[in-house]
Amino acid sequence: MLLLNKTALITGASKGIGEAIAELYAEHGANLVLISRDMGRLTSLKNKIEHKNAVQVSIYRADVSNYEEIKSVFKQISSDKLSVNIIVNNAGVMLDGTLMMMKPEAIKQNIDVNTLGTINVAQASIKLLIKNRGGAIINMTSIIGTNGSSGQSVYSASKSAIIGFTKSLSKELSALNIRVNAIAPGFIATNMTEHIPAQQAIASIGLARVGQPLDVANVALFLASDLSSYVTGQVIGVDGGMII
Amino acid sequence: MDNSEKLFSSFAEALGIDASSVSDGLEYQSIPEWDSISHMILISQLEEDFEVSIDTDDVIDMSSVAKAKEILSKYNIVF
Repeated sequence: MLLLNKTALITGASKGIGEAIAELYAEHGANLVLISRDMGRLTSLKNKIEHKNAVQVSIYRADVSNYEEIKSVFKQISSDKLSVNIIVNNAGVMLDGTLMMMKPEAIKQNIDVNTLGTINVAQASIKLLIKNRGGAIINMTSIIGTNGSSGQSVYSASKSAIIGFTKSLSKELSALNIRVNAIAPGFIATNMTEHIPAQQAIASIGLARVGQPLDVANVALFLASDLSSYVTGQVIGVDGGMII
Repeated sequence: MDNSEKLFSSFAEALGIDASSVSDGLEYQSIPEWDSISHMILISQLEEDFEVSIDTDDVIDMSSVAKAKEILSKYNIVF
C-alpha cells in the first residue's frame, strides 16, 4: 500500500492508461478524483473501483483544454473539501498526419488537449498541493515527444512541450515540496494505438512486446509514491527499449 | 479577531514574518519574504483562512495587503 491516505487526481481517467493508473492507485489505497469528458465510463469505473477497494472515488466532467471548465471543476473540488496530493496529467489525443496533410483543427486539437490541457490542470492544481505542504505532478509525454516520428510532427510538438514544461515547473515548485516528473510511454496497447499494426511496431521494440497500460501505471505509481521522494524534473521512458 | 486582523495573520504566517510587520502598505516583492514562491503559499493560506477560491486574475493582481483586502471584498469578505 504505497498511497495510503493520499488522494490522486487523474485526467483522461475513463480508459486506457488513465484507467489503469486509477485502478492501480486505488489498489494502493489512494482516494481518487477522476476527470474525463465521458461521465458514463467514469461512473462505471467509479463503481468498479469502489466495489473492489475501500477508497472514495469522486468524478467530474471536464475538457482539459477548456480553461473555464477546468477552473470550474477545481472550484467544485475545493468546495467539496477534497484534499489532493497527486496530479496525473494523462488526458491526451493523438491526431496524426504528415504536416502538409494536417487540417488546422487537428493541429489545434493536438496542442489544445496535450499541451494546454496539461498546463491548465497543473496551474489549477498548485494551490491544492500547497495546502498539503507538497505533492507530486506527473505529466504524460511520449516517445514521439522525445524522439520524433514521421507523420506525427504536430503530436510530437505537443508532447515535447510537456518535457520543457515538466523540467521548468519542477524547478519552480521544488521549494514548495512539489515534485514534477513526466512519463514517456512507447507503444502501449490502448484505443489510441489500435490503428497501428502491432507486429510492425514490435520489430522496433527491444523487449519484443507491446506495452500494456499497467506498465505505464507502475511507473506512475513509483512517481506518485514516497519511493520517488528525491526524484523531480525527470522524464522516464516506458517503451520496452523501443527505437524510433 | 476581525477580518483585518485575520488577514494580517494570514500574511504573517504565509510569509514567515511577524504580524507587526504587516500593514496595508506592504507590497509584493518589497521584502525578501514576499517573492513569487511565497506568493503561491500566501494565496493558498488566504483561500484556507477565508474559505474562498481565488481566481488566477486575482492571484496576479494581489500586489499589496491593501489590494488583497480589495480582492477579498469581491468574495464577500467584509473589512
